Amino acid sequence: MTNSATIKAHREPLFHVVKRDDMPAWKAWLIRAVTIVIAFFLVGFLSMAVTGESFSATYEIMFSGVFGRLFEGRFTMLWKYLQEIAILLALALALTPAFKMKFWNCGAEGQALMGGLASIICMIELGNKLPYPVLMAVIALTSILAGAVWGIIPAIFKAIFNTNETLFTLMMNYIATQIIAYYVYLKGGGSNVINPVSEGNFPALGGNDYFINILIVTVMTVVMYIYLKYSKQGYEISVVGESQNTARYIGINVKKVIIRTMLISGALCGVTGMLLVAGKDHSININSVGGQGFTAILISWLGQFNPFIMVIMTAIVIFLRIGVAKVADTALLNSSFSEIIVGIVILMLVGCEFFIHYSIKFRHNKKEGKA
Amino acid sequence: MTKQPAIELKNITKVFGKVVANKNVNLTAYRGEILSILGENGSGKTTLMNMISGIYFPDEGQIFIDQNEAVITSPKDAFTYKIGMIHQHFKLVDVFSAAENIVLGIEDGKYNLKASQDEIKKISEQYGFELDPEKKIYTMSVSEKQTVEIIKVLYRGADILILDEPTAVLTPQETEKLFSILRRMRDDGKCIIIITHKLHEVLSLSDRVSVLRKGEYVGTVNTSETSESELTEMMVGKKIDLNIERNKPHDTADRLIVNNITCVDRMGATVLDNVSFTAKSGEILGIAGIAGSGQRELLESIAGLQHLSEGEIFYLNPKTDKKENLRDKTPMQIRNLGVRLSFVPEDRLGMGLVGNMDIVDNMMLRSYSKGHSVFLKRKKPKDLAMKIIHDLEVVTPSASTPVRRLSGGNVQKVLVGREIAASPTVLMVAYPVRGLDINSSYMIYNLLNEQKEKGVAVIFVGEDLDVLLELCDRIMVIGSGKVTGIVDGRTATKEEIGLLMTKSEKDGEENAND
Repeated sequence: MTNSATIKAHREPLFHVVKRDDMPAWKAWLIRAVTIVIAFFLVGFLSMAVTGESFSATYEIMFSGVFGRLFEGRFTMLWKYLQEIAILLALALALTPAFKMKFWNCGAEGQALMGGLASIICMIELGNKLPYPVLMAVIALTSILAGAVWGIIPAIFKAIFNTNETLFTLMMNYIATQIIAYYVYLKGGGSNVINPVSEGNFPALGGNDYFINILIVTVMTVVMYIYLKYSKQGYEISVVGESQNTARYIGINVKKVIIRTMLISGALCGVTGMLLVAGKDHSININSVGGQGFTAILISWLGQFNPFIMVIMTAIVIFLRIGVAKVADTALLNSSFSEIIVGIVILMLVGCEFFIHYSIKFRHNKKEGKA
Repeated sequence: MTKQPAIELKNITKVFGKVVANKNVNLTAYRGEILSILGENGSGKTTLMNMISGIYFPDEGQIFIDQNEAVITSPKDAFTYKIGMIHQHFKLVDVFSAAENIVLGIEDGKYNLKASQDEIKKISEQYGFELDPEKKIYTMSVSEKQTVEIIKVLYRGADILILDEPTAVLTPQETEKLFSILRRMRDDGKCIIIITHKLHEVLSLSDRVSVLRKGEYVGTVNTSETSESELTEMMVGKKIDLNIERNKPHDTADRLIVNNITCVDRMGATVLDNVSFTAKSGEILGIAGIAGSGQRELLESIAGLQHLSEGEIFYLNPKTDKKENLRDKTPMQIRNLGVRLSFVPEDRLGMGLVGNMDIVDNMMLRSYSKGHSVFLKRKKPKDLAMKIIHDLEVVTPSASTPVRRLSGGNVQKVLVGREIAASPTVLMVAYPVRGLDINSSYMIYNLLNEQKEKGVAVIFVGEDLDVLLELCDRIMVIGSGKVTGIVDGRTATKEEIGLLMTKSEKDGEENAND
């Protein structure tokens, strides 16, 4: 071998990254499961490092924070946990049909706020004037309508002028936030807070305030799964999402599908706003959705647009959010700690997709080639 | 005369996922020769050349340039070894002139366009290119763009030139011109490697042929000592009959009458200009032309996917004898009129099928909307999928495999199978054998012939003139969106069609209506 060749040899890449799409599903899920386990260990160790508690003590605090005294027959915390799951899951479910169509709806926040606004207006203005069942029906209808309108505006612009839906839906969030701020200013008097309204609340079925919220989202999950997988409209959404050219070729009216799907997405966000306002807070402020509209984007993706997997992902994220907040609370840290931890775990879950879709190849047998 | 090896490959292996693109390939190319790399689609020709030009890096094996081991990790490295590759898809900046494209990316501190233009002219004269260095790329024809690509690598001093399917986009006349330039370069001592799957080109141009099959190196033969049938056998691994049957059309009747249609694209360019023709039942009408002359727009107009500014498209329904105008109708409206039109588009995975969906769901594309139920019925599509897999010998792990995982030939069988299953009266196919291996190609030709026998009006847009001349009853030639002639497939010659393809725009209309 000549000298120049040996000098150059070190320039060979050590490894390269190759795309793969042949990983069996069970293996991909194994990687995701292992990532979650690693993430939970990491959460424990990070909390240990920051709070000084032991690993097991950290998890004890987390479990008690999430489930409370479950084993003593007290289910209050469990219901609260399920309620939190319901809200985030509802937003993720609302986004999923749009995402499946590759319409990047980043406006769940605004669409849910508008739904919530419709609820609170009905509760305040009509609370004493309508019989309870009629009031609830009006709340439901107006909330759905408000969310749908907020969702359909960017869809119409997308369908007709091909505007960028990501920017458009994001901007709509700011408008919604400001409208809420103005309404709170109008109704809150000097305090800028709307006191909880007692009219138009969801009934406490089985003595539980959150039962209806959880029930509605459970139904939503099942229906969404069936809609996406077995309905003609769900099929059209998939075709438009995969290739608009194919959709046109087989005669699907692409504009109609875009608008219809965003109508559904926005309407479900509106429903979530109603669950938040009529089913939980009985009030509204600009942070009522609290950024969950964005976390929902990740949930939808991590769940591979499958509603049942999204349930699991939501449960994990909410577990960490409440649990780590409790850890932070015990150690007198502020809520940023919980947000950081949840952020790290989501990043790990997203990151593990890399190893599912790509493999790393090392170069080998180099010298064998010498003939 | 002993020739100097310019480039040697030893035991080159490259794997993508589970696909072995190249396995232990050994190859030598000498200075002063033209070497053809012959192989079917998917045999690993382009991958191999991409490793020489620094786009991929081999997983195993070595490359020797002038008998020294070379490590080529980027196209820039390739240039320092004086290797230049002319890709099948040109990589040029449209708004730049030829000269600007040629000097683009050369980092020698100077930027003197005038001097460069002189240099370009010198190279042009030396080898017989015709090129105006100041001409902008977007005003150029395909063959001019190719000239720019070739001069670009010569300008950088390349003396090993790799051309990937250079004739795919050229007319017969342009091909002949390119070949004479390549021969001149060879005589100048350069090493020319050309990737191709066209046998007659191999035989007329190259000195030696190396054959690849399924990523493996089969062997190298001297062109003077071989024949078409021997090369086919090396390429496919077994003997095959290369004749396409063509029966005389019988009981023909007008089925589709296209009257003076004009189509303007979104940029305002006229892509179809006053096109008229008639497609008859029981015959195959071929459409020839340089790629991008309006073939796609023509078929899409008939399928209801293009907006026409002028003209009509009439469909004569054989059942009701009614005459329907298809202009300004959507694909759904056309179908609802009872027009049995099937269309195999050029872009199979981007238009005809959905790559991420499985075979069953792709079968459903045509039929899903039937019936009043809001839910899908997967029973019939599933039966159809199983039938097509069986009848057309589709190689797939199962009917629930996403079609993008299938090879090009199998993807096409799924698409053609679905379109034929709709029992059409008009069948339009665009480049149906592009990217297919020889066996699959012949299966497609047979399917088209079967449809013709059944009385279907078949419209076949093709690129290989030899195939068009063997298969079609009539051939319509289009150039720049105009019909430049309609000839008899049994009597026309390749040269005649080649001339019509590039015929000047003025005399195009006179021949349009014969």
